[in-house]
Amino acid sequence: MTGGLTIQYGESGMTSIIELEQLSVTFGKRPILKSLNGALGGRAIGLLGPNGAGKTSLIHTLLGFHPPTSGTARIFGQDITTDAKQVRATIGYMPERDSFIAKMSCVHFVRLMAELSGIPASHALERAHEALFFVGLGEARYRPVDSYSLGMKQLAKLAQAIVHGPKLIILDEPTNGLDPPTRSRMIALIRQIRDGGRARILLSSHLLRDVEECCDEILVLKDGQIAANCNLEEERKANRKFIELETRGGERQAFVEAVGNLGCEYALSGERRIKLIMNETVEISDLYRLALEHAVQIRRLNFKRDSLEDIFLKAMENGNAGEGVSQSVVNGDAAENANGNGRADNGSL
Amino acid sequence: MAVYEHLYGAYEGESHSAWSRFLVIPRYALRETFKSKLFTTIFILCFIYPLVAAILVYLHHNVNALALLQINVRELLPIDASFFLTFVQVQSAFAFILTVLVAPPLISRDLSNNALPLYLCRPLSRAEYVLGKMAVLVFLLSLITWIPGLLIFFFQASLAGLAWLWANLWMIQAIFSGSMVWIIMLSLLALAVSSLVKWRVVASGALLGLFFVPTAFGQIINELFLTRNGHLISLWATMKNVWSGLFGLFVRKTGEIRGRVTTPIYDNELVDIALLEPPLWASWLTIALICAVCVWLLARKVRAYEVIK
Repeated sequence: MTGGLTIQYGESGMTSIIELEQLSVTFGKRPILKSLNGALGGRAIGLLGPNGAGKTSLIHTLLGFHPPTSGTARIFGQDITTDAKQVRATIGYMPERDSFIAKMSCVHFVRLMAELSGIPASHALERAHEALFFVGLGEARYRPVDSYSLGMKQLAKLAQAIVHGPKLIILDEPTNGLDPPTRSRMIALIRQIRDGGRARILLSSHLLRDVEECCDEILVLKDGQIAANCNLEEERKANRKFIELETRGGERQAFVEAVGNLGCEYALSGERRIKLIMNETVEISDLYRLALEHAVQIRRLNFKRDSLEDIFLKAMENGNAGEGVSQSVVNGDAAENANGNGRADNGSL
Repeated sequence: MAVYEHLYGAYEGESHSAWSRFLVIPRYALRETFKSKLFTTIFILCFIYPLVAAILVYLHHNVNALALLQINVRELLPIDASFFLTFVQVQSAFAFILTVLVAPPLISRDLSNNALPLYLCRPLSRAEYVLGKMAVLVFLLSLITWIPGLLIFFFQASLAGLAWLWANLWMIQAIFSGSMVWIIMLSLLALAVSSLVKWRVVASGALLGLFFVPTAFGQIINELFLTRNGHLISLWATMKNVWSGLFGLFVRKTGEIRGRVTTPIYDNELVDIALLEPPLWASWLTIALICAVCVWLLARKVRAYEVIK
C-alpha cells in the first residue's frame, strides 16, 4: 500500500482550497445561495448557519449536485462546473442523512466506494480494511451496514469518505444523533485527519462546539449569504494577548507592578485573580520569571477569547453584509476582548 | 500503511481508467444477483431452449442420428429465418422474466437508502450510474438471447457449409439487433420503474402490469374496433412486429373479417374488412417513444437529492 500525499498543507500553508466567485444557486424562483464570494484556506473549515441558511446547498453545489445559476467556485483551482469529475475525484463526502448500500457488508460497501473513486480492485479491499480499522469498525466490518447502529453508520460513512485518500473531506453534520462517547470519537477522528495534514476538511454543523473543536476557519451563512468568514486560528492568536491569572501567596502587588513595568495593563479581580493585557514584546515565560522572583504561585493561566458562539451570534445579528461584516466581526471580537468582556476559556498550558 | 496501524493515509497508487469506472457497478450487482437461488435456477432454465435448438440443428445434419431415431428430416423444423425468429422470441420471453427478478431493486434500493449521493459525489456522472445499472441487465440478458442465438447460427453454419452462411449472413444482424432492441427497451423500462417505485415488490408488480395490462387493453381495442392498431400499445405485439421486420417475415395483413360498416357510401352494408397490422415504422416509433420517456424519467429521478417543489 502506498501512503503519503505529495501535497502537504502546513499550518502556514493557507492557500485557498475553495474559492467562491459570485456563486448563486436558485431552486425554481427561490434563490438559495446569493452571490457568494470568498476564499477558504483553513486546514479545517467550519460551515455554520441556522437551518435553511444554505450550508448543505453550498456543499451540494461544490459537489456538482446543483448547477450554479450564476458565478462559479473552484476547488484546488479546478472549476466545479467545467472540471466536475476532476473536482469530485479529490473530494470525500460524508452525507448528513443515512446513506448506504443495502444488503452489503460494510467492507464491501467501502470497497465499492473505493473502486468507484478510481482505486483498482486489487488495492480497494486493502484500503477498505484500513479505513474501517481507522474509524474503529474493524471488528464489525463483515456485518451488513443495514444492521449497524446510528453511530456505526456514521463511522461507516466516514470510512467511505476517506477510503480513497481525498484531498478535501466534506463532512455534513458528522455528529448528528451520536451519543457523547461516539461523538467524542468522531471529533477525535476528524482532528486526527486534520492534524495529519494530508487532507483539508470542510465541516458543516449546527453544533458550534463541534466546529470549535475541529476547525481553524469558519464561514457563517445566513439566508444564502455570507454573514461571517473568519480565521479562528488567527483569532485565537490575537486573543492570546488577553490573559487571566489565578495566583496564590507571595508578593502579589509587587508582582503585578513588575508586570506593569513590562508594559502590560493589569487589573486585580478579587484576592487571587489578575487580568492582563499583554504587551506585544512580553512572553508568557516573562510572567513565570516574575512570579518566581516575587514568590507568587501561578495556579491557573487562561487565555481569554471570544467563543465561537459569540462570533456566530454577532454574525447573525449583523445580518448579510458579506465580507465587510466578516471583517468587522473579527475586529469587533478583538476590540471586545481588549475591553475584557470576552468569555473566559481555558488556554492550552 | 498496514491495517494494524489504524492511521489515515492517502492513496498514491494508480487509478483505473475513468471510462470503465461505471463497470464497477454491474460487477458488484451481479455478485449480489447470483446469491439468489431462485434467480440462479431460472437463469439456468433459460438455457434449455438454446440447448434444444442446438440439438435440432445437430439432428438436421446427422444422418446417422436421424436414421437411428427414425425421424424424417423434412419433419424437423427448417433451420431458416423463422427458426431464429422463434428462438429470439422465446429467449426474449425468458429475458422478461429475468428482468422482473433482477431489475426492480437496482435503483429503488439506492433511492430508499439514500445511496445516490455516495455514487454521484465520486467521479461518476448520472449517465454513467444509469449505464452501470443498465449494464447489469444488458449483460445478463445478452447471455440468454443474442449470444446463444449467434452460437447456434454459427453452429448451423459450420454444419451446413459456407454457402448457407453467405446466404444467411444477414441473419447475424437480425439476431443481434432484434435481441438488443428488446434488451435496451426492457432495461430502460425496468430502470425507470425502479427509479419511480422504492419498494421492490411494487416495482416488480408495476413491471408485470406494464407488460400485461396494455396487451390486454390493446386486445380489447382490436376486438371492439375490428382493427390491429391496438397492438401499438402492447409491448410484446410491437416487438413481434419489429422482430418479424428484422427477419424479413413481417406481414401486414394478418386477417380478414366480415363486418357491418355504417358510412354514407356503404350504408350499413356487410363488407370484408382487412385486419392490418400497424406499419413497421409505427412499431419502431412506439419503441423509440417508450425509450425516450424512460430516459426522461431516469433523468428526472436519478439525482443525488430529491427536488421537492
